[in-house]
Amino acid sequence: MAPRPAWRRRLTRADEKASPYAYISPFFILFGVVGLFPLLYTAWVSLHKWSLIGGQGAFVGLKNYTDVLGQPYFWNALKNTVSIFLLSSVPQIIIALLIAAALDSNLRGRTFWRMGVLLPYVLAPVAVALIFSDLFGDKFGLVNHLLGLVGIDPIQWHKEVLPSHVAIATMVNFRWIGYNALIFLAAMQAVPRDYYEAALIDGAGRVRTFFSITIPQLRATIIFVIVTSTIGGLQIFDEPRMYDQYGLGGADRQWQTLTLYLYQLGWTQKNFGRAAAVAWMLFLIIVVFAIINFLLTRRIASKGSR
Amino acid sequence: MSRTTRSGDRSGRRASARSVALATIAVGALALTACSSSSGDTAGSTQAGATSASGPVTLTLATFNQFGYEDLIPEFEKAYPNIKVTHKKAATSNEARDNFFTRLSAGSGMADVEAVEVDWLPEMLQYSDKFNDLKSPDVEGRWLDWKAKAATDANGALIGYGTDSGPEAICYRSDLFKAAGLPSDRESVAKLFGTTWDSYFAAGKQFAAKSKVPFFDSIGATYQGMVNQLEAAYENPTDDSITATENPEVKKVYDAVVKAGITDGLSAKLQQWGDDWTASFQKDGFATMLCPGWMVGVIEGNAKGVKGWDVANTFPGGGGNWGGSYLTVPKQSAHPKEAQQLAAWLTAPEQQIKAFKKVGAFPSQVQALSSPDLLSFKVASFNDAPTGQIFADRAKAVTIAPYKGTHYFAINDAMQQALTRVEQGSSPQESWDKWVNDVKALG
Repeated sequence: MAPRPAWRRRLTRADEKASPYAYISPFFILFGVVGLFPLLYTAWVSLHKWSLIGGQGAFVGLKNYTDVLGQPYFWNALKNTVSIFLLSSVPQIIIALLIAAALDSNLRGRTFWRMGVLLPYVLAPVAVALIFSDLFGDKFGLVNHLLGLVGIDPIQWHKEVLPSHVAIATMVNFRWIGYNALIFLAAMQAVPRDYYEAALIDGAGRVRTFFSITIPQLRATIIFVIVTSTIGGLQIFDEPRMYDQYGLGGADRQWQTLTLYLYQLGWTQKNFGRAAAVAWMLFLIIVVFAIINFLLTRRIASKGSR
Repeated sequence: MSRTTRSGDRSGRRASARSVALATIAVGALALTACSSSSGDTAGSTQAGATSASGPVTLTLATFNQFGYEDLIPEFEKAYPNIKVTHKKAATSNEARDNFFTRLSAGSGMADVEAVEVDWLPEMLQYSDKFNDLKSPDVEGRWLDWKAKAATDANGALIGYGTDSGPEAICYRSDLFKAAGLPSDRESVAKLFGTTWDSYFAAGKQFAAKSKVPFFDSIGATYQGMVNQLEAAYENPTDDSITATENPEVKKVYDAVVKAGITDGLSAKLQQWGDDWTASFQKDGFATMLCPGWMVGVIEGNAKGVKGWDVANTFPGGGGNWGGSYLTVPKQSAHPKEAQQLAAWLTAPEQQIKAFKKVGAFPSQVQALSSPDLLSFKVASFNDAPTGQIFADRAKAVTIAPYKGTHYFAINDAMQQALTRVEQGSSPQESWDKWVNDVKALG
């Protein structure tokens, strides 16, 4: 066979080298456009005086950051965010694990139950928030009415800090438990059944197998769920915004989260510079939390198995 | 921003579903691009194409809550066969405001005719160069003076055509008054309330002595009625600088309303538009409330099945106006001429009277106020109260157009929160101090 012309050989080589990059490029282009660019642009905005309508103003360096850090509302929002995050994520993951374990066993009408737990996730969060904030009404809410029946004084859901956080966390949990349970369930089904049989023969009970087999085998999934719920939990917006009619997080900012604060700065006060600074700090906070959670989960989950 | 509700918008209810969706998108958008503004001025270029358009034109009209325009639009299309109108309705004024400013800053996406609520009108007037001057001999003198003045910018351009206004009376529960042994027909009750805030609160004490029902719904709403009678509550009209925290008048109003509502226990401590407030209409939550024309419709809706609501033809401290809107034509519009025609037609007295009969939006047009059609109008569920006559009287009593500058919305908002804190148990002084700090943080 005649040797291939040189240009064709070169083309083939270029093809071998370049095409893999071309194949994966859509992701990176997309990420660059909707992920990286906005991130960097927000950083750029945060270094300027910037109005929602007037646009770019003078370069001010880190002044927006120091301004925000000097405002008690920022720290209050951070505190509320962490509190609501803990009140929602922790019970959410524990309950989701238990529900997944229950669904993993031989239930009658399994598909029905599995579909059932996903139902809250399908509901629009705003609709959920509307219904829940009605249930949690201070004077005429159903929850207080039921508490009254067992002799408990009405709780001021929209006035005191902790009850308002509990109410909002309840909405978040209602929405996400089923979703997380299904992810756990999928992972549980991938655990080889031989392990359980071997454990059964060794005389392990259900509780023992759950902690010694299921949990360690689910490690990667648990890390995934915890990291995503960290990201989601720290960015919580819909539920606190819908919790009262004003959407600013309470008269005394009892449940104002960082995203609500960001919204208030950017769209109420039209100060995009400060809002961008908050956005960046929120980003950094989430990264820190995600890393902490990742490290913690790795340690806890690996203790049992290897 | 937003929850002007108490203060301003006729609709409020709550941050609606769509506004939250919008907000979510908006927050996402900040993460995404913080940008907008710079991408601006496409308006000029699109406009050029507009004037040359000859075929049928489609206009979009953006309103919120209830303007009562549903039946009017087909009528307009009949009168102007070459114009089609698409009506976009936001649920609340807050939502409309978010929408409005986001699109204004983006430089595209606004409707050809945008409704603007009076409480965010001053904010919007800062950007009056982005709107068409609607001045025209055809509409000269159509509106009450204060109504037209509020929508005129510093250069004398008329930016918005007035739609409705919110002259205030007092709505009350005649059955609860009767049960407390007080006069209950509208003339005697108007006399009992008197014409000053002191006499209104004194009537409240008389009522409270004989009834367990709180006298009015919230100190925030009552404060709003009082502060709207100050000529320049929060800002200096000459240079728009913030004077709120030093204005003794504001502090006086604050102290008076706190004394009546909290110390004397007249307030039901309900936040207007909240779930508890809405529910309270079914449960004898309170006996009176400040009541602009459009509120009659709100009460009718919330108090379905409850008998006894009526309107007293009086308002403490002189007249008062709460809410009301304008129609504007942004320069973004590709068909400014047709858009102006639509706005002018909709705000004509005849149309506005129809809207009043439909949804209670009281006309701001001079001619409409003396129209027999309007004056003879009665509301059956309010014990046949002649609301047309009553609110026309109330409109004539409005003498002050309070100055609302660019910070009005934010300052008033912070004040409403301060009053809510007091109703939730904070000490009045502490809450006031916090408000002072909030206002300072704005500057």
